[in-house]
Amino acid sequence: MNEPMIQVENLTFKYNRLKESNTLSSVSFSVDKGEWLSVIGNNGAGKSTLAALLIGLLKPQSGSIFVCGIPLNEETKWVIRRRAGIVFQNPDNQFIGATVQDDVAFGMENLNMPVEEMRRRVIEALKLVDLLNVREADPSRLSGGQKQRVAIAGVLALHPDLLILDEAFVMLDPRSRCDLLQTLKRLKAEQELTILSITHDMNEAAASDRILVLKNGYVTRSGSPAEIFSAEMDVEAPFGERLRRLLLSKKRRVPESYLTESEWIQWLCK
Amino acid sequence: MNKLILGRYFPGDSLIHQVDPRAKLIAGIAFIFISFMAKNGQGLILLWLFTFLVMSVTKIGFRAFFRGVRPLIWLILFTLFLQILFTAGGTIYFTWGPFKISEFGLINALFIFSRFVTIIFVTTAVTLTTKPMELTDGLNFLMRPLRFLHVPVDELSVMLSIALRFIPNLLDETQRIMDAQKARGAVFGEGSLFHQMKALVPIFLPLFSGSLNRGEELANVMDVRGYRSELPRSSFRQLNWGVKETICMLIMVLLIAAFAILDLVS
Ligand SMILES: Nc1ncnc2c1ncn2[C@@H]1O[C@H](COP(=O)(O)OP(=O)(O)O)[C@@H](O)[C@H]1O
Ligand SMILES: [Mg+2]
Repeated sequence: MNEPMIQVENLTFKYNRLKESNTLSSVSFSVDKGEWLSVIGNNGAGKSTLAALLIGLLKPQSGSIFVCGIPLNEETKWVIRRRAGIVFQNPDNQFIGATVQDDVAFGMENLNMPVEEMRRRVIEALKLVDLLNVREADPSRLSGGQKQRVAIAGVLALHPDLLILDEAFVMLDPRSRCDLLQTLKRLKAEQELTILSITHDMNEAAASDRILVLKNGYVTRSGSPAEIFSAEMDVEAPFGERLRRLLLSKKRRVPESYLTESEWIQWLCK
Repeated sequence: MNKLILGRYFPGDSLIHQVDPRAKLIAGIAFIFISFMAKNGQGLILLWLFTFLVMSVTKIGFRAFFRGVRPLIWLILFTLFLQILFTAGGTIYFTWGPFKISEFGLINALFIFSRFVTIIFVTTAVTLTTKPMELTDGLNFLMRPLRFLHVPVDELSVMLSIALRFIPNLLDETQRIMDAQKARGAVFGEGSLFHQMKALVPIFLPLFSGSLNRGEELANVMDVRGYRSELPRSSFRQLNWGVKETICMLIMVLLIAAFAILDLVS
């Protein structure tokens, strides 16, 4: 009875009907409840397009999308959006409220939530992204990374089952990126939050359960971070994998697959 | 940089800053009517006294208030001249063809000038002490009765608040584009009118297309965050009407009473 959180079958999409090539060509995959899937791929591979399709902003030419077991269409998209939140690439055009807390509350206002509940959740969400101290600030005074964290808080405040992140960490400084990844991991463990994260950062991808590689609109590979990093020689690998490849080229004995930094320490100290 | 009336908020913690925007808006509107009740010398003095009292309570320098008058200065002067030159009555001081400067003309002009300027000062006091968003909330509340006429009050106030939110961005962007064009050798504000207009094209085109893109992205964000204009929404910002607001209304009532009495006495 454990149905997947996202199930995508033969999804095909193009922006321009007159064009020959598809932006996405029969993409199929599924994400389990409580799983963290990273989507990687070159610029223009169609990652953002996939995200827009998943949240019902674009309509597929063919294929089907199920979110929380519900088929996505014009009627059901509002139900699905109550359970799935998305954070887009550009934080500037995502800021709707006049202050940080107003912006975080926007989604809850749309659900006609009582004020006390909103206040409680705004504080809770801003604590999660460590921005409680700037809750009265207006957006022009925030850094890009802070704006991205506000956008993430706005989604987390709705207690979603599914969180879609479209390169939502690019402007974050390493420190808050690390903190936020820890927070998301915790939410995933405690509340079975499912995460689909589009990213260029291989360290972030390495932290996820599974990676999906998108190339020119096709899914070329999918598997655990270890499998992907060993197989995809052209992805800019995280430190652990670069070290492994370097040692490999020096004809040294190396682990069979990608290791995280702590795993490396264990391996080296054996 | 930000010269728009609604965007001129002056942060502060004065009494007037703390009053609920609805009370301030009602008081501001009431004052416009009150200023027409001043019909004699004492009334005029009371009008100015009240205005200066309000201005000093805001704890904002008077210069900010004069800036509010500046854009309207020509309109005020024009009206004054018409009044002075075309009103007859009382002692005539000077005649030249159809133009006369008369006692009544001067007195009328004084009243009109006082009304104009005190109204501007008091309404400026409201806009300077109220955050644009609070102003929007206050307007939304006051326009609520219009819902019965099917005016989309809530949609309008969401639109207004988003427009207000993006004004600083738009100004920043304009500045950035102008700087970029200047760096490429463009010169603004020089040469013939045609030249100046032509220099503006490379600013407005990117600004316009930028706004369109921004608008589309923003609409998408509102959409995925569940904004549906047809459904009821709650509001995170709460207005609350307390003692201060009631006192504020009482003051306005007293002011009206004072003017009514002054009118009866004379
Ligand atoms: N609104 C649009 N209209 C037309 N083409 C678009 C639009 N958005 C993206 N594209 C095109 O679709 C392809 C995939 O874009 P996108 O999904 O943004 O890629 P990614 O996020 O992986 O970098 C690109 O070739 C891009 O030029
Ligand atoms: Mg993208």
